[in-house]
Amino acid sequence: MSDEYDNNKSYQAQSSEVMDGSTGSVSPDIDYVRPSEVGEQELYHPHSFIEKWVFCQDAKVIGVQYFLTAVFTGVVGLILSWLMRLQLGFPELAGFMTAEHYYQFVTMHGMIMVVYFLTALFLGGFGNYLIPLMVGARDMVFPYVNMLSFWMFFVAVAVLMASFFVPGGPTGAGWTLYPPQTILEGTPGAGMGILLMLISLSLFVIGFTMGGLNYMITILQARTRGMTLMRMPLTVWGIFTATVLAMLAFPALLVSAIMMTLDKVLQTSFFMPTILKAGEVLEYGGGSPILFQHLFWFFGHPEVYIVALPAFGIVSDLISVHARKNIFGYRMMVWAIVGIGALSFFVWAHHMYVSGMNPWFGFFFATTTLIIAVPTAMKVYNWILTLWRGNIRINVVMLWCLGFIVTFVNGGITGIFLGNVSVDVPLSDTYFVIAHFHMVMGIAPLMVIMGAVYHWFPLVAGKMLDEGLGKWHFWITFLGAYSIYFPMHYLGFIGVPRRYFEMYDSPYMTSAVGMNEFISIAAFIVGAAQFILIFNIIKTLKTGKKAEQNPWKANSLEWYTSTVPPEHGNFGDRLPVVHRWPYDFSVPGAKEDYIPQTTAPSEVIHTKVEKT
Amino acid sequence: MHAGIIFLLVIIGSILFHIFTPWYWTDIASNWKGMDDTITLTFWVGGGVFVAVCLFMIYCVFRYQHKEGRRAEYKPEDKKLEKILTWATTLGVAALLAPGLIIWNQYVNVPKNAIEVDVMAWQWGWQYRLPGKDGKLGTTQVRNIADNNPFGINPDDPFGKDDIMVESDVINLENNRPVKILLRSVDVLHNWYVPQFRAKMDAVPGTVTFYWFEPNKVGEYEVLCAEYCGVGHYAMRGGVEVQDKADYEAWLGEQETFEQLSARYEKLNVDGNKLAKK
Repeated sequence: MSDEYDNNKSYQAQSSEVMDGSTGSVSPDIDYVRPSEVGEQELYHPHSFIEKWVFCQDAKVIGVQYFLTAVFTGVVGLILSWLMRLQLGFPELAGFMTAEHYYQFVTMHGMIMVVYFLTALFLGGFGNYLIPLMVGARDMVFPYVNMLSFWMFFVAVAVLMASFFVPGGPTGAGWTLYPPQTILEGTPGAGMGILLMLISLSLFVIGFTMGGLNYMITILQARTRGMTLMRMPLTVWGIFTATVLAMLAFPALLVSAIMMTLDKVLQTSFFMPTILKAGEVLEYGGGSPILFQHLFWFFGHPEVYIVALPAFGIVSDLISVHARKNIFGYRMMVWAIVGIGALSFFVWAHHMYVSGMNPWFGFFFATTTLIIAVPTAMKVYNWILTLWRGNIRINVVMLWCLGFIVTFVNGGITGIFLGNVSVDVPLSDTYFVIAHFHMVMGIAPLMVIMGAVYHWFPLVAGKMLDEGLGKWHFWITFLGAYSIYFPMHYLGFIGVPRRYFEMYDSPYMTSAVGMNEFISIAAFIVGAAQFILIFNIIKTLKTGKKAEQNPWKANSLEWYTSTVPPEHGNFGDRLPVVHRWPYDFSVPGAKEDYIPQTTAPSEVIHTKVEKT
Repeated sequence: MHAGIIFLLVIIGSILFHIFTPWYWTDIASNWKGMDDTITLTFWVGGGVFVAVCLFMIYCVFRYQHKEGRRAEYKPEDKKLEKILTWATTLGVAALLAPGLIIWNQYVNVPKNAIEVDVMAWQWGWQYRLPGKDGKLGTTQVRNIADNNPFGINPDDPFGKDDIMVESDVINLENNRPVKILLRSVDVLHNWYVPQFRAKMDAVPGTVTFYWFEPNKVGEYEVLCAEYCGVGHYAMRGGVEVQDKADYEAWLGEQETFEQLSARYEKLNVDGNKLAKK
């Protein structure tokens, strides 16, 4: 649309969206919003401390519970990474660590960070807290099931952590749990450890399914009046699409976990061929180890996007709010999220180019993988075009967003190396892969999580986090993490394989010793820097500045609750009515540089609103 | 300091690191130079995009820093710009994909004159077998594996008798002659990988996988296991010695065939029995 539109004309365009379904006639009232078709949800208000804070049905409390539990697992994962880096950088100081320990730490670090930390944090944490608030609902549609979801997750984490204390320790099979080695002697934790891992994963999937149903149905059915799908914040779009992916992908993980449990316990041979161990032929035969890899990555690749899509959505909102500019190309952003989600089911075997699967698959999966680069690149362009001609606040939230763009683009580009089948051949199973996925799905989503924490903390706690500490936290984390993973790619070029407890003295690997020491030191510092955030939170809760309502001057509904922090039910007596998308920043003619979603057109009659 | 300056230094640092890094490829010793070239191409295109995106971002951070009272531009969509960007990206991606697929096509089509090398992996080591005079490897089965039959060759298979058994974790290869590596594993996943050859593939128990390359530099190389295979993974090393034709054939002549190995064991058995009788 051009800028020449006069006010009347542009409102004509809007009112076509509020057409009266029964007659097809256009309502003359520009503020008209279709009445809701169903009555309001009845909420079960807590009657005791336990109902309020433990077995709570309020999605916001459940979100915080998920968040804190996920952060706990994240701290465990962080400590494990320190131990790994100690062994790799300074083996002489890691005398207590055997190869068994090392592989157990590698495995638990990977599984914890991907599933129990990132997935739970984005969907369980941010999803629970933000979905009802952002779509204008009083709560999730199934609050009781939502409560069960968290506690199932909690039990899954408890079972996972218990595996550290069973005989033989946790599994050391690598987070991909490839059979046959996973359940055979010769791999650490092939007894109790792997069983507990499989049980924990199964519990996680069950718990997640309960939560996921809630997220999907709440978004589809419980949006407030006027909140059309194309008016939803991208955060909600990202979480929604990720949830759909999760509901389709996690069953593959569940069945492979069940089959592997049977292979382990009942000596079935789903994944187990004839095997000779220590001179004896084992009681297995005819199974296919590659079948497991297909199932695992059918889950595993969408899983990458289960983490990435919420991050995409959240970062879009943060950039838009803090650049005081509408997100550029909203519709493109929505379709890119949906398109990436759909495509993510057709790329799984790019993790298996050198797995021994039929090599002709390589052509198909390389093509699909590189196609996915197109919508992903569009998202990147739209983020930077949102910054362009903006009015950018360079605060802590924006810094994390900028850090995200740098690390995500870096990791995305290296993905094009690895996705391009024959380029993957020399690089797969080397440090290049480690550097790639840590950059793209470790550091980049983490940047978004941190930005989101600084952004929404005033809403959750009613107090502003300290900006000075936040800047220290950001710069140490960003510069440190970048200097861990950027040079690590070059170890992969040398050919240094991943999952090596020790390098010995291969000529081309000894040159990597110095870099390994440097990377380890950076890892210790980056890890330690995360405690700045914990300190910042504690300090803020005790003595922090009280947050005004809507401190960032954002438009989306979560900032327009009846109280801050929002109480159970979110919006007081009356649910908000939505008249526009959440990105009306710096609209020409408007008094402020933002127009909340709840503002009716008649209140801003002199503005040149283009999209609603 | 202004945030943009630090981001700028990060980007400049990345470029300088790439130019001056002492850590880079080992010298290539096989025909897969095309892989290196595709990587280089991807580096130029991808690296260019990375630098361009970051510089644009940094420019925006400098140029459009928040000022009270200023308004951002209000322009929700720009169909034309989005279209240009979509097509430019699609073209760029296709340009990178094409060489990748061409080389993959070479990778999965083994030349007819390639010599087969049977690589058998186990926790944690390697063994090798070469076809004998008949040019064919005998069929194998895990259940046949025994001291006198380390590869589990089917005793009834006539092609197996003259197979050459290399009783070492080092294999010799002839320079400038393509080899088809046949990978087998008797227990778990492994991967026979020589960084200088660039190529790799998993060995999967229950099936035979393959890849090929043509060594083109005489020398000794270290074999690494590139697929996690249990607690001894990092120590699962082997070797390759690439030799000129004459040296290679001399070495080949010294190796034992399956028939000779069986006979040796039979003799050992007979001798052992004789000893026991005495």
